[in-house]
Amino acid sequence: MALDLLHEKGTPLEKQVFTWRELAPHPYSKLDDDAFTRVRVIFMNGIEAGTIRFSHGAASMVNGELRQQLAMTRRIDHMQQVMVNWMNPADQTPLETTIGYEQVAIEVTASVAQHEPDPYLAQVYRFGMLEDFDHLYRFSALLDRLEGKDPNNILQSYTDITPGRATAVEHRHPLDDLRRPYERETASPISKLNALTILSAEHQTRDYYMNIAPIYADPVARQLYAEIAAIEEQHVTQYGSLIDPEESVLEKWLLHEANEVYNYWSCMQQEGNPRIKAVWERFLDYELGQMHHVARLLEKYQGREAAELLPETLPDPIGFHSHREFVREVLANEVDLRANGTEIVPLDQEHGRSLAVRDQLNSEGSPSEAVASGYRWEPGTELANVVQMRKSS
Amino acid sequence: MKSPLDVGGNRTGADASPELAKEMMEGATMSPVETGFDLTAMEAIRSLYSRGAEPFGTMPPPPSVKGKMKSGMQKLKGKSPAVFLDLIADRLAFERTGTRLYEALLVKYDASDAQPGGPTRDEILHIHDEELEHFGLLMECMKTLGADPTAISPTADADAVASTGVMQLLSDPRSTLTECLHAIHMVELVDNDAWEMLASLADRLGHDSMAEQFRHALSQENDHLRMVRSWLQNTIEGQVGIS
Repeated sequence: MALDLLHEKGTPLEKQVFTWRELAPHPYSKLDDDAFTRVRVIFMNGIEAGTIRFSHGAASMVNGELRQQLAMTRRIDHMQQVMVNWMNPADQTPLETTIGYEQVAIEVTASVAQHEPDPYLAQVYRFGMLEDFDHLYRFSALLDRLEGKDPNNILQSYTDITPGRATAVEHRHPLDDLRRPYERETASPISKLNALTILSAEHQTRDYYMNIAPIYADPVARQLYAEIAAIEEQHVTQYGSLIDPEESVLEKWLLHEANEVYNYWSCMQQEGNPRIKAVWERFLDYELGQMHHVARLLEKYQGREAAELLPETLPDPIGFHSHREFVREVLANEVDLRANGTEIVPLDQEHGRSLAVRDQLNSEGSPSEAVASGYRWEPGTELANVVQMRKSS
Repeated sequence: MKSPLDVGGNRTGADASPELAKEMMEGATMSPVETGFDLTAMEAIRSLYSRGAEPFGTMPPPPSVKGKMKSGMQKLKGKSPAVFLDLIADRLAFERTGTRLYEALLVKYDASDAQPGGPTRDEILHIHDEELEHFGLLMECMKTLGADPTAISPTADADAVASTGVMQLLSDPRSTLTECLHAIHMVELVDNDAWEMLASLADRLGHDSMAEQFRHALSQENDHLRMVRSWLQNTIEGQVGIS
């Protein structure tokens, strides 16, 4: 379904209103809804959080009407984020939700990596994806071994559980996490949206781990979340550095709004739960309204048309489905890649400063190695396999 | 409106999508992992932390001298009065939260269809009132012993952690009355034994009056357990169709 981005006006800002009852909706079902419904809820929470984070930062750089308008749209985004995030159910433990976060990171990044026209940016997305893929394996081992639960009941067989680029070797020097930004004048619009999409998703993952880790009593869980949150911080550094710093505040703002439109539109087309689909439809219209509002500000303050920055129609939607074959192929070909400065390089070209950082952090042991020692995913948890083995011995 | 006993909508389990599950199995064996169910590295981390860990916290300051005189706590010389106070504080917190659990159960009851042999509203309210009465009794006991009934003792804190999930379940609008009765059953089983232990301890420490009051509370708790067991059994048998 094509969407005419420049002519669909959406819901006017003054009609974008909420009640508390709407803001705390019935959640999706952990047992009955499709795993990609959970993926979309987690993902869109991240997209909203990304726009709000940008808006707060931008407000510290402008004054007058722009600061007021940022406050106006930011309040609506806040309410949208609440309604989206509150659709996560209370019977889903934070660790089960973590499995959902990593599924988002793998499947959405895989989709973006395949749609990204710039080969360098696509390479960066594949590089990050293999690291999140390994996080899924480590957290799956933790869920099995701490809560006695099968992680596949969250993943619903869409995403493989097996090691990727080992988390223990993902720790790098900060200077090896920075990448080259796209160029605002020449980059295609989808490249700009992709960067905002993955940056937002990874930033919320970092924040989520930072918030929920302390509720765990188990020292292994606390160490593992500490370790993986550190990689998520690296990923935020990586993806944030893809964005051209020369873009003006208004330009960035318009791109954030367009990105929200793009992502709600992607969700709406693929959602199977009618109640949640209605939320995506409603918020697509809200975001269109917000985007056109910012387009008017861009014209007023910079004399530029939104059409200079945005495509007339949206590119292919994010693919909310299993990218198993693509992920396996990348795993087979690129697991040994490393980073040196802004470049993704073969194993033997990694910078010594990253090796030093890693050696220091792992010098008293590695939680990601400890948690998954001898772990292989089995339907019904690894204990199902233990039972079988005891029976046959 | 769906019932949790409706069949077919659940997407968990490998059998929900056999083809995809087969691919998952292939994926799991793609990487060279030596399966060994090796928990030694995890256990080493846990042991290391456990050896150096501080407790959740400690007991509040001891009863005042006046309180000791009043309560006869000085009779406990050579024994550890802190253990007795900790257990009373634990029971107090449990009964206080228990009162809230029965309030949540009332909401659940009001939103549910009546089940033959299940609870009546008056029965739930009756237990609620007795839990509240027990909370009041334990507050008085703490005061009698010169201790602070508003403080959280270490065992009270630990038991609150252990029972966190019960309120999480009862306050969830999606949980059914039957699911909540399962949780209440668990609570009442523990509560019953805990009152037995507390009454016995009061006896052995020479707090005869408290022991008597605790035995009265225990007999009420026995009734609670009997009622909850009966509601649960009747409800389940009704659902199966063998009532």
